[in-house]
Amino acid sequence: MSAGVGKPPLLRQQIVLSGVGGQGVLFLSRLLAESAIACGFPVLTSETHGMAQRGGVVVSHLKVGGFDSPLVRRGRADLLLVLKEENVVLHREFLADGGVLIVNARVPADPDPRLQVHTVDADALALSAGARHAANLILLGFAIARIGGRTAGGFFCGAEEIRQTLSRRQGVGNSRLAASLSAIDLGIAHGT
Amino acid sequence: MSDRILMQGNDAIARGLVEAGCAVAASYPGTPASEILSSIDRWRKTGGATMHVEWAVNEKVALEVAYTAAICGLRAAVSMKQVGLNVASDPLLSAAYLGVTAGFLVVSADDPGPHSSQTEQDSRLLAMMAKVPVLDPASPAQARTLAGTGLDLSEAFGVPAMLRPTTRVCHASQDVDAAPFVPPAREVRFVRDPSRWAATPVFRRKLHDRLAEKIAAIAAWPATAPVRHGPDVRAAKAVVASGVAFAHARELFGELGITDRIALYQVIQPYPLHAAVIDHLLESYGEILVLEESAPVIEMQIADRRRVRGRLTGAVPGTGELLPEIVERVLSRFVGISAPEPAAFAQGSERRPTLCPGCAHRSSFYAIRKAAPAGIYPSDIGCYTLGINLGAVDTVLCMGAAISQAAGFDYAHRLSGKRVDIVATIGDSTFYHAGIPPLIDAVVQGARFVLVILDNGTTAMTGNQPTPGTGIGVGGESTVVVDMEGLVRACGVRFCRTANPDRLPEFVALLKEALVHAREQGVAVVIARQPCAMVARAVGGTASGAVVITAECTGCRHCVDRFECPALVFDEATNRVRIDEMTCTGCGVCVHVCPVGAIRPASAGEKRT
Repeated sequence: MSAGVGKPPLLRQQIVLSGVGGQGVLFLSRLLAESAIACGFPVLTSETHGMAQRGGVVVSHLKVGGFDSPLVRRGRADLLLVLKEENVVLHREFLADGGVLIVNARVPADPDPRLQVHTVDADALALSAGARHAANLILLGFAIARIGGRTAGGFFCGAEEIRQTLSRRQGVGNSRLAASLSAIDLGIAHGT
Repeated sequence: MSDRILMQGNDAIARGLVEAGCAVAASYPGTPASEILSSIDRWRKTGGATMHVEWAVNEKVALEVAYTAAICGLRAAVSMKQVGLNVASDPLLSAAYLGVTAGFLVVSADDPGPHSSQTEQDSRLLAMMAKVPVLDPASPAQARTLAGTGLDLSEAFGVPAMLRPTTRVCHASQDVDAAPFVPPAREVRFVRDPSRWAATPVFRRKLHDRLAEKIAAIAAWPATAPVRHGPDVRAAKAVVASGVAFAHARELFGELGITDRIALYQVIQPYPLHAAVIDHLLESYGEILVLEESAPVIEMQIADRRRVRGRLTGAVPGTGELLPEIVERVLSRFVGISAPEPAAFAQGSERRPTLCPGCAHRSSFYAIRKAAPAGIYPSDIGCYTLGINLGAVDTVLCMGAAISQAAGFDYAHRLSGKRVDIVATIGDSTFYHAGIPPLIDAVVQGARFVLVILDNGTTAMTGNQPTPGTGIGVGGESTVVVDMEGLVRACGVRFCRTANPDRLPEFVALLKEALVHAREQGVAVVIARQPCAMVARAVGGTASGAVVITAECTGCRHCVDRFECPALVFDEATNRVRIDEMTCTGCGVCVHVCPVGAIRPASAGEKRT
């Protein structure tokens, strides 16, 4: 385990990302994992590859802090990000009591006394922004705005760390980077 | 800013191999092992190493190419998925006897679950059958280390070694430390010795004795011995685990607070299990729980049925992936604490995988059902297995079997005096991999069927690796392009025609022509050639055939059920079909599918639903 300088020692955060093949679940989990490393945290993820990527259900597990197993157990996740509304029923049970559910859906998801639920129509926002493949980043921006970054009970990192990771991955000055950054900002604007 | 790098397990394995001076690497793609080879090539470029890296035509060829480097004094590796190891088992079992002169690592990735495979088989059992040592990493970081250890082990004992990651290692990602690349300072040196490299049975017997001696010595090699974790306290019970089951167990030991009551061992080398450790375990503990995937390989080697609990005793489920929830339940029962009853996942209707929007395979399958509505449809391994959703895939056995099964269906029906149209489908990569021998066989035996080669120019399912017909190598370099039509004709096929399946009416007519030839004269081959929609999207080429649904839509569901394009969505509220603009590629093929003509090309700027 790395002893990163300035690492908050007790942070342990378990996140599940859910969608269908082609929505960019994998991209989102790698973006978050690299941001975790940049913040000095050890990180473990588990990804879905193969046939499921052809439009089937795709799930990524992300564990930030000191863990051994790459998988999140049912009832243990702090945060569930759902890019396809129909997956809520499939993956809701990953969340611990009091966990946060963020859903990309046309109409607000049903409230759940056990959970904090936030909904955004990321598909519609992506289409209207002319960036139909950016719903994943819009949802992430929305999530960070809603629950806060680097705060007690919030995300393990803030929007700035995400922006920096995107810049590293996509290269400053790249047109894809500009589109990615505006997708994050669009999500933040709708979550604030 | 940490200097650790996020690596997928497959990246980490690749990194470990290149760091350890691997000079030759070959592979055939297969989930979950596909990313290893392309990653080797990336690390090769990063490290400035001189290597031969290739996507081989199949796993057998890949193993033979890499193995031969390792009898010439160069370190080598081959990677594949577990069912690929079946294909490569012939050379592996022989190579175990002959041995190597430099490190040779066979990476065979298992898929407990299975998530993307035909079987849950355990490559460690094949290692045991071949009598080669096998290492079982628990994480990407450990996989990187063990890739180098495996090459060292192989070289130290002159025997091939296996690294057996599972899906949860290959497709986990982790922050991993990287070591500098060591340029391999090795000279090629093949020492001619026909009594070894071309051994006849009398020499093979001696080589088998030598192999048994090597395995006995490896069972005492310190570098791969099991490791005890946690405080060194006396305990009555021990958990012995390997692979990702160990990772689940270690995390649960902390959460359940049993670290100072139960001993925890990680087995790094499940076969051969270290002999002294077997003695130690049986001398020290009254009860031993073994957690491993997916066969009882470790459990079988600790031969005391009264004290060892595992898959053989029913303490651990006999099939399926050892998810952490299952490990928690098994562990709690073993330790004697009450196990939490995990909340059951809702039995929702989980969305099934489907061919991508704009995929030309969809056109081929739709046309096949039009041309031979009462046919039998043998198919094969690839994205196009999803033709099952379109009712145009009846059988899937293993790589290449579509062609031999098509012949088998023909012979079986003819014996009973029955005539049936048989239309087999196989992808281009699968055809090169294992389709050529059965095609020759079918032609020679006078089989009567139509073979549709779905030629999208890529190995799509596993992430678009090149095929021998693509004309590029692993690093993007140009290669010779194999002439598929010439190859088919050289197999003795007299009807071989190529067409674009997205021109649906013409393609149906061609299939009918092929069926006539097949019924009267024998095997007919139709090559359905159209690039993979994912590749087309990546290079920015989108089709211009945007469509609209007109008011004539009757809600008959024909396009939704029989064409099953994700961009055609049935709207229950309006009882009509609408176009999902998030996913429609504008291929325009569905215009030919609607029985009442309610799907038509859009005019410029027209609203689409």
